[in-house]
Amino acid sequence: MEQGTIRLKTGLAEMLKGGVIMDVTTPEQAKIAEQAGACAVMALERVPADIRAAGGVARMADPTIVKKIMEVVSIPVMAKARIGHFVEARILEALGVDYIDESEVLTPADDRYHIDKRNFTVPFVCGCRNLGEALRRIAEGAAMIRTKGEPGTGNVVEAVRHCRQVMDEIRMLCALPDAEVPNFAKECGAPLEVAMRVRKEGRLPVVNFAAGGIATPADAALMMHLGCDGVFVGSGIFKSGDPAKRAKAIVQAVTNYNDYAMLAEISKDLGEPMVGIEISSIPDAERMQERGW
Amino acid sequence: MARTLVGVLALQGAFREHAAAVARLGAEAREVRQLKDMRGIDAMIIPGGESTTIGKLLVEWGMLDPLRERIEKGMPVYGSCAGLILLCREIENSNQPRLGVLDATVRRNAFGRQVDSFETDLEMPELGPPPFPAVFIRAPVLTGVGPRVRVLANVKGQAVAVRQDNVLATSFHPELTSDVRLHRYFLEMCTK
Repeated sequence: MEQGTIRLKTGLAEMLKGGVIMDVTTPEQAKIAEQAGACAVMALERVPADIRAAGGVARMADPTIVKKIMEVVSIPVMAKARIGHFVEARILEALGVDYIDESEVLTPADDRYHIDKRNFTVPFVCGCRNLGEALRRIAEGAAMIRTKGEPGTGNVVEAVRHCRQVMDEIRMLCALPDAEVPNFAKECGAPLEVAMRVRKEGRLPVVNFAAGGIATPADAALMMHLGCDGVFVGSGIFKSGDPAKRAKAIVQAVTNYNDYAMLAEISKDLGEPMVGIEISSIPDAERMQERGW
Repeated sequence: MARTLVGVLALQGAFREHAAAVARLGAEAREVRQLKDMRGIDAMIIPGGESTTIGKLLVEWGMLDPLRERIEKGMPVYGSCAGLILLCREIENSNQPRLGVLDATVRRNAFGRQVDSFETDLEMPELGPPPFPAVFIRAPVLTGVGPRVRVLANVKGQAVAVRQDNVLATSFHPELTSDVRLHRYFLEMCTK
């Protein structure tokens, strides 16, 4: 009997495909998410929009909250650790969370190194903006990848950009003659071995979700069309007028992303979406997507 | 004879892997997202994923009752993990939607959380040697089975693979391995 194998770590992500993972900050929100059909929840102290508004240092959630959320839902519970903060990650593993998000939404704890995720039994998900970043995270042991997008903005443009970038680079890598692969890997900062795997399989070796700025069922369906395996939604739900209704609509939109008549039906009367932020109005230093190395 | 057309319930979860496995064995696979996709299928696979999510979507799209009727009339069905949960008559401590066609009681997350997930080689006499590489991810077990249910494999004395006439269910994920013996076994159920 073997535990913590890469097949088990990537396997759970395979089971989450076609689903929606929702940020929650209380057991009550976790119940709403589960009842709406979320395939997992992400426990954190504040949703990204509130982290932006509050400023200061954003850290791992209080274990009491994480535990309470684990007690009230039967779906997998994820939690966020700061980039490079392997002790926060060990604490979350000890609590028994099902997945750890080494997340740029929290204030990074290490400005050079990410967590060595290979030594953990619990699987990790990490963010990326391009193929090089995705493959570095996978080489470090990430069992699932998500776009970074620009969290807490309700603006999908960055998630679209990051998703297209990764897909474009995969297509390019697969089309190159053998002799040009090492240089391509060097140029995009990808470990050659993982790049060779992508080339062989024609896709990332792990599940890839969309995240950061998804606010409507149409946004969620758009990301599925661009090739994502599922979506994370944070502020988009609990910063909107009617969270329960919007959550359910986004779950339905991810399943039926290519049935436009149904998407029209799903998108009706959802109440106010979160207000949102124009990306160009965010100073460079405050862009969460720039975090991670 | 026409090729067997296997529907793979594609509301959420690892449906692509199941579709690929049956296609590799020469059957045709169709992803089923809506009621109309069920027309003309000879069999159905319910994949791993989140049983609560899949169950809710089955109810919302009006597919739960029609699917149950088809199974009760004899259409072969195979459920892995979440699929097994949805097939069971009783789900411990839960009133979530289900098909309830398998005379058994299931305990969800029976081995613990993700850190307790495991792989093991499983003796399955029905499939012959060698043992089957079984991948258990937040897996359920059957804590009770009715007289019509045949147990095909056990872990620690608890049933993890069963068959009741046209209903096949496992609490592990053959679709995550390259071993297609279990899918072949299911396709044989479809032609008999």
